[in-house]
Amino acid sequence: MSSSPRTSDFDLECHNITKRFGDFTAVDDISFSIPKGSFFSILGPSGCGKTTLLRMMAGFLEPDSGDLRIKGKSMVGVPPNKRPVNMVFQHLALFPMMTVEENIAYGLKRQGMPKADIPAKVKSALERISLPDAGPKRIDQLSGGQKQRIAIARCLVLDPDVLLLDEPLGALDLKLREHMKVELKQLQHNFDTTFVYITHDQSEALVMSDQVAVMNHGVFEQVGTPQELYYKPKTAFVAGFVGDTNRWSGSIKGMSGNEVQVETKDGLKLVATAADQNLAKGQNVDIFVRPESVVISRKSDALVGIENTIKGNVESVLFDGANSRVLVRDPSSGDKIMVTLPQTGEFNDLQAGQELHLGWRLAQAKCFDTLAMSAEQLADMS
Amino acid sequence: MIPSIPQSRAFKGVYAAYISVFFLYLLIPLLVVAVFAFNDAMFPSLPWKGFTFDWFFSSTEPKLGIFHDSTIMEGIGVSLFVAFWVTVLSVFVGTCNAFLFERKNFPFKNFLYVLMILPLVIPGIILGISMLVFSNTVVNGVENVFGYEMEFLRPGLVLVILGQFSFITTIATLVISARLRKFDISLEEAALNLGASHLTAVRTITLPYLKPALFGAGIVAFLMSFENFNTTLMLVGSDAPLTITMFDRLKEGSTPALNAVSLLLMIVSAILAITSIFLQREKGQK
Amino acid sequence: MTNKTAPKLGLILLMAPLLIWLFALILLPHVDMFMLSITEKVAPRVYETGLGNYGEFFAEPLYWNTYARTAIMSILTTIVTLVIAFPVSYYIAKMLRGRMKAVLFVLCLLPFWVSELVRTFGWMILLRETGIISTFLQWAGLADQPIEMLYTDATIVVGLVYTSMLFMVVPLVTTLESLDDSYIEAGYDLGGNGFTVMREIVIPHAMPGIVSGCIVVFMLSLGNYLTPILLGGKDSLWFTEQIYAQFITRFNWEQGAAFGFLLLILSSLIVWGGLKLSRQTLSETMG
Repeated sequence: MSSSPRTSDFDLECHNITKRFGDFTAVDDISFSIPKGSFFSILGPSGCGKTTLLRMMAGFLEPDSGDLRIKGKSMVGVPPNKRPVNMVFQHLALFPMMTVEENIAYGLKRQGMPKADIPAKVKSALERISLPDAGPKRIDQLSGGQKQRIAIARCLVLDPDVLLLDEPLGALDLKLREHMKVELKQLQHNFDTTFVYITHDQSEALVMSDQVAVMNHGVFEQVGTPQELYYKPKTAFVAGFVGDTNRWSGSIKGMSGNEVQVETKDGLKLVATAADQNLAKGQNVDIFVRPESVVISRKSDALVGIENTIKGNVESVLFDGANSRVLVRDPSSGDKIMVTLPQTGEFNDLQAGQELHLGWRLAQAKCFDTLAMSAEQLADMS
Repeated sequence: MIPSIPQSRAFKGVYAAYISVFFLYLLIPLLVVAVFAFNDAMFPSLPWKGFTFDWFFSSTEPKLGIFHDSTIMEGIGVSLFVAFWVTVLSVFVGTCNAFLFERKNFPFKNFLYVLMILPLVIPGIILGISMLVFSNTVVNGVENVFGYEMEFLRPGLVLVILGQFSFITTIATLVISARLRKFDISLEEAALNLGASHLTAVRTITLPYLKPALFGAGIVAFLMSFENFNTTLMLVGSDAPLTITMFDRLKEGSTPALNAVSLLLMIVSAILAITSIFLQREKGQK
Repeated sequence: MTNKTAPKLGLILLMAPLLIWLFALILLPHVDMFMLSITEKVAPRVYETGLGNYGEFFAEPLYWNTYARTAIMSILTTIVTLVIAFPVSYYIAKMLRGRMKAVLFVLCLLPFWVSELVRTFGWMILLRETGIISTFLQWAGLADQPIEMLYTDATIVVGLVYTSMLFMVVPLVTTLESLDDSYIEAGYDLGGNGFTVMREIVIPHAMPGIVSGCIVVFMLSLGNYLTPILLGGKDSLWFTEQIYAQFITRFNWEQGAAFGFLLLILSSLIVWGGLKLSRQTLSETMG
């Protein structure tokens, strides 16, 4: 990837980009490329450097080293107003003293488009975002979702090579956010523009993206499709950050092939699949198991043949319709295990204190080298 | 002592009465000035001799109406001239200062900020005499060295404008800075992102956003200049602004003509004040 | 962003007006005034550097008496203004709601948009021998001859208080408004009464407003010329009058500059002391 082709199939490429603020390295030697017309997300906890990276793409910051190319052309030294990228700001940054039309026309005017051509362009943009009559409205007359669409239209009317989106859904309430996720994906499809979307919300990234980069401490931990990240995490951070998961810490007591035997400090013995290449006996590791991978039963004989089993008591039932879960406490270690309830209705009458048997397969338990994580990041992961 | 805490009727009554007396105290002096502008007598005092517009419109002595009184009309003209320039200069410099202090970092920033505030706590008469002394030094110095007399720096309108400008700029700066501080910088970034150059972004986005504050600062500057007395008194030359003319008349003994001018001033001030408050209201909403 | 000289140039362009203003119109004139104040006229057209002008101030009782009198009456004015303004500000900030509050606040501000000259003129019409109040008292039978109420110290204070009111009410209303009602409710809830809540919750909270109001009122009174002259008459003995007389009437600029500097020192000391006392900075208080 170090030798970049002149005419490129990639809308945006970064080569060994680094940015430091004093002693702090916000973006550390990152390289990646985004194929034409795709929806690319950068997912990471706050402070991971994703905003810095995005602002370098937009031109508000210059990288200390490395190259950033858009459609094969280097953008280093190009001021933000000369770059073929547009950005949807975190708080949208719609101009409050202008009408919707004037907002959308702003960039066209700056391009020097003849005055007579602007209204037609604006009108068609408004139609494409299904707000044909919003033109004369003032910004404060719009709802949150409408503002969102106007902000996107204001950029897309300029036909940018890349559209950057800086957590634009953060300010919306939950329901609207769910709706906008679908709509954003739809808009990206309709306009066929490359979207670079940064967020700390893994569900936004998973739902919308073709490709997701998980970022932490200024580097990309893993780049892949949402499915790859969810089912085949390459690092402990990705396993913990993408999707919900149960986690045990312990040390390796034995290994055979890909199978690792781990004992936690409470004496619990588990077996898991090694997901890191270089694991060795005695090493401290974390095991991750998804809530939906855990099988539950009221009787122990239903779990025969499953590699890991635990007996526990129901701590609480977290009812949430189809996403209902149960929190089970293992009395011997005190660990709490989150389990997704099967939708068979079999466990609808579950009560706190009842005894349950839990089990999960070797293949569903992934073992990684122990991760040193800050308390803040751990909080972000939950 | 807030409405949610029960209070005795007597306390409430006394408190409300106090507030009423206070407002009476505020308004009565203005009220009498206004009313006696219409008294058909030679002095603005009782007894009431009947209603007249003479003190505004009469063209003959002894009841010369203000619209025919050349000294007063000239005074108004001079005051308008001075106020215009003070407003333009102080809003311009105030805007530069606001951008400087809100957006830039430079050495001695805090020191310069304190220095910028300082004119507010220097008594106006001292601003006046210091400028008088300094302009005199400059004029004499230039004359001794170059043999050229800088006539415009002798007491007169240029000095009056500079003297008023020297402290009104601080107020303009504070008003404009307060608004600029609330500006979301990402709006300017959005403009850059949409293809605007730095200057275009400021012109099309930031300045329109500042408009209410610019107008507000302009109104305040205009009024403060129009009504300034202390600084002006020390710097005035042969062309006297209205406040100085009125002061001279007051010392001689007053006629209802002064009431008439005062009423005029009150009406203009009230209109400007309400406009400015309205602008601030708009500002508060955004 | 890329062109490193562009922001530098912008900074210089933005800074030029500030520097010209501060140096040419504020700093240099005051330095020059100080230099003049330490210049003594020993003979016609012969000058010497020395503190003679300041010596003259202390040697002549009229001067320093006037100085002290101006300071004391300004302090008195400040106190009276505070005492009158506090209940009013509290009423506007805490007892009223919505429209009524806005209207009263604006009503409080409006008189001060009118020239000080006009306001003082109003008081003259009211208070002079042939004025409204005197006539009214005679008509009501409370006095049997015209009463002159101008040209007393009390009149000067009344005028100064009136003229300074705005600068006390605005900071007071602003700080009192920022005090959440729940603190006052909590004060009562925990067993306080009107007096203790006022002393221990409201006044400490309002302190920044009180200090900045007092500073401005004091400074404005000290530097006032119009009100003492018009309401106090020829014998008002206000220090600004002495400065004016030295400069304009007697054309003794050196002495006038020294007086100006003394007034500036007094005013600065009070401002500085007030800020120290309340542990605030000038930028916070004024900005």
